[in-house]
Amino acid sequence: MDRAATAEKIAELIEPFNKKGIAITEATTFAGDLEWDSLTVMDFVAAIEDDFDIIISMNQQAEIETYGQLIDAVTKLQG
Amino acid sequence: MTDLFSKFDPLIEQRRALLAGGVEDPFNLVMERVISPTVAVCNGRETILLGTYNYMGMTFDPDVIAAGKQALDDFGSGTTGSRVLNGTYAGHKACEEALKEFYGMDHAMVFSTGYQANLGIISTIAGKGDYIILDIDSHASIWDGCKMGDAEVVPFKHNDIEAMEKRLKRVPEGAGKLVVLEGVYSMLGDIAPLKEMIRIAKENGAMVLVDEAHSMGFIGPNGRGVAEDQGCLEDVDFVIGTFSKSVGTVGGFCVSNHPKFEIMRLVCRPYVFTASLPPSVVHTAATSIRKLMHAGNKRAHLWENSKTLHKGLRDKGFQLGTSEPQSAIIAVIMPDLERGAAMWEALLHEGLYVNLARPPATPAGMTLLRCSLCAEHSADQVQTIIGMFERAGKAVGII
Repeated sequence: MDRAATAEKIAELIEPFNKKGIAITEATTFAGDLEWDSLTVMDFVAAIEDDFDIIISMNQQAEIETYGQLIDAVTKLQG
Repeated sequence: MTDLFSKFDPLIEQRRALLAGGVEDPFNLVMERVISPTVAVCNGRETILLGTYNYMGMTFDPDVIAAGKQALDDFGSGTTGSRVLNGTYAGHKACEEALKEFYGMDHAMVFSTGYQANLGIISTIAGKGDYIILDIDSHASIWDGCKMGDAEVVPFKHNDIEAMEKRLKRVPEGAGKLVVLEGVYSMLGDIAPLKEMIRIAKENGAMVLVDEAHSMGFIGPNGRGVAEDQGCLEDVDFVIGTFSKSVGTVGGFCVSNHPKFEIMRLVCRPYVFTASLPPSVVHTAATSIRKLMHAGNKRAHLWENSKTLHKGLRDKGFQLGTSEPQSAIIAVIMPDLERGAAMWEALLHEGLYVNLARPPATPAGMTLLRCSLCAEHSADQVQTIIGMFERAGKAVGII
């Protein structure tokens, strides 16, 4: 799946987690802009992992702060 | 200058606001005198203890006390050294022998605390390029062990067998895998489906570590823990445990049948670079562990206590962490931190000590009043406790 298709799929997956209906751009941060707690992060990561059949380890998650970085990481992890 | 403490401001403010309401500080209780495993004088009041990990009530066992006193006379107050240098005394070896017998395993290694046992074993055996697959509700010592090592860390949803299996199957081919589980999860007192999880871990080529801190001495026909109870202890590669709960003193350990296990004594930094346990501690621990091998009657009474309290509190209308009693821990779910703290204080005024547990220690942001029973609680005490909960719960408006 290329970056555009990955981005489209992630946009679909994030929908139910974006409870405040914040307009998401590539620069949106999970902790700052979306104000997600660790439980929401975990459920969202699990949803992404299961849909793309990948692992995003805690070590990798620590490097992902923005929505754009997430798309990059998932694109790369699909190999 | 940036004040490095400014990151703690939100917590300082939350604490200030809570205490400004006049509530007694739940995290500053002092036990002035301890009368027995189940009764102490706390903040000037005689109090029933329902918030210790003294599951088997060994802290005042006469044989255990005598062993500690004798060791003080014979070996002095401390070792002043690491296990690998001058810190291994006869008592440390006696402890390891007792553990090998208790679990029926080939190797045992004693650490200075249970926290250090998890920290040391996990960070040492899972290295760069290896994968640790662990339950999201794992104890802080497990998380810190993951953080201290260089392995990739992959959590899965609490007790979710399918989520664990999916993640195991996604680990790149050839990478080392360690699955980390707990027998009893200490916040809600629920147990893990170890038999099924360990079977799947093994099918996927993983080694398995199980922390049995809250089950040792109590769960399983010989008190070896949840893995023994579910008939899968022989498939566990590493059991982690502690002396600070059922054993009744302080210290931690790992037991294993791995043929190369002894090398851990040279490569595990939290074992090497800290002072060993004092002689009095290891002699009390060794004596207690041996007595726990033959504690079937106490185990039976503790189960009765757990069942009675669980049913009693449920019947009074409290919301509990598990639908059935699964361990010696009964977690009472509070609506929020404010009413949790008020209930905790009301219980203390009744003469009952329980643990107030709150995020981040608790799952799902819950505030809990955590009750842990002791084999030395009498049936009458348990009834008294239920009455105290009912009065306090009504006074605070929770039931």
